[in-house]
Amino acid sequence: MKTQITESVWLNASDICSFEHVVEVSGLSAQELRELIETGIIEPSNDDPGNYFFHTQCIVVARKARRLRDDFELDTRGLALALNLLRRVDDLETEIARLRARLGR
Amino acid sequence: MKYIDYYEVLGVARDATQDEIKKAYRKLAHQYHPDVSKEAGAEQKFKEVAEAYATLKDSEKRAAYDALGRHPQGEDFVPPHQWQQHFHEESADFSDVDLADLLAAFAAAQRAERQQRAHRPLNGQDFEVSMPVTLEQVYTGAEADLTVSLPDYDAQGMPRRSPKTYRIRIPKGASDGQRLRLPQKGGAGFNGGRAGDLYVTMQFQPHRLYRVGGRDLSIDLPLAPWEATLGAVVEIPTLGGAVEMKIPEGTVAGRKLRLSGRGMPDSSGKHGDLYAIVQIDVPAKLSARERELMQQLAAESRFNPRSYPGAST
Repeated sequence: MKTQITESVWLNASDICSFEHVVEVSGLSAQELRELIETGIIEPSNDDPGNYFFHTQCIVVARKARRLRDDFELDTRGLALALNLLRRVDDLETEIARLRARLGR
Repeated sequence: MKYIDYYEVLGVARDATQDEIKKAYRKLAHQYHPDVSKEAGAEQKFKEVAEAYATLKDSEKRAAYDALGRHPQGEDFVPPHQWQQHFHEESADFSDVDLADLLAAFAAAQRAERQQRAHRPLNGQDFEVSMPVTLEQVYTGAEADLTVSLPDYDAQGMPRRSPKTYRIRIPKGASDGQRLRLPQKGGAGFNGGRAGDLYVTMQFQPHRLYRVGGRDLSIDLPLAPWEATLGAVVEIPTLGGAVEMKIPEGTVAGRKLRLSGRGMPDSSGKHGDLYAIVQIDVPAKLSARERELMQQLAAESRFNPRSYPGAST
């Protein structure tokens, strides 16, 4: 089997992408993305609503939003609430992992 | 091909109404959706549930599925003749595809036919896979080969699974759960639609020595009672090589000794810390001389580590 060397994009807090790109790869509509920005779920890296750009890690959140929208039939208000709570769960789990690591086994 | 009983997966009767199917799906989605559930095996379970729902909620797909007849869960079976004709392949070999691939192909073909009439491009499906990485790989940055087996279609439109291997560059300082997007390496598009993407999630493998908490690492450091009492210099393995550490006199169990900058790097190259957590260990078997010395110490020492009220020994 041939190994393919391929272009790849890290979804992190240093690379940047456009509003249109997030819409394209996430499957959210432009309107839905705008509403998630208004509720603070997805944070652009600048404050020019005419030409937002984002860290590529926003794509992870946007795709999660699209999955929740499709699999639970949520509207953007429900999505914002669910994503907010999921983010808190993530933060708490990270904190628990950090504390556990520092406890002796 | 293995038969999957979608009705059984959703826990509904074969004559269930659309409403009952939807309700059953919703309940299971709340239980197993990988974005909200932490249950072990949730992702696989939800995949089956979503697959069952995608088939049974669509009346055309449900009819096509029902036409396969009823088989015991997991039984090997060959789809009936009309299915093979659907793919214009008389001698189709279905042994290496699964039912979901076939039904997905059926739906895609239907969609493509509809879209073709409308001349609208249809984008390919995105896929997500996870890739195990070691702390060593993330510590230095590394390249690793990832082999995936994604469903696609051959020239006759027949679904199949074909393995592909990609060389992935793991950047130094990648974090657990971080994702990588391989543009257009997912499912094929139709009518000039773009191919879907492949998302790869880094998954840190548990390490023999270190526990990970953010950028910091912890390691257990067992000491002999005399090392803890008198102090010592010990060698600690770190991801960047062994370092010597001075153990101060009178070190108690549970004490955390910090090795600054010996943890995991972040994407800017800045390192977290390594914590060595002291444990006091005792020899399982004492030599005669060791026992003698310990007994001497016990007779001599006035140290009492217990400070319970009223306790004298």
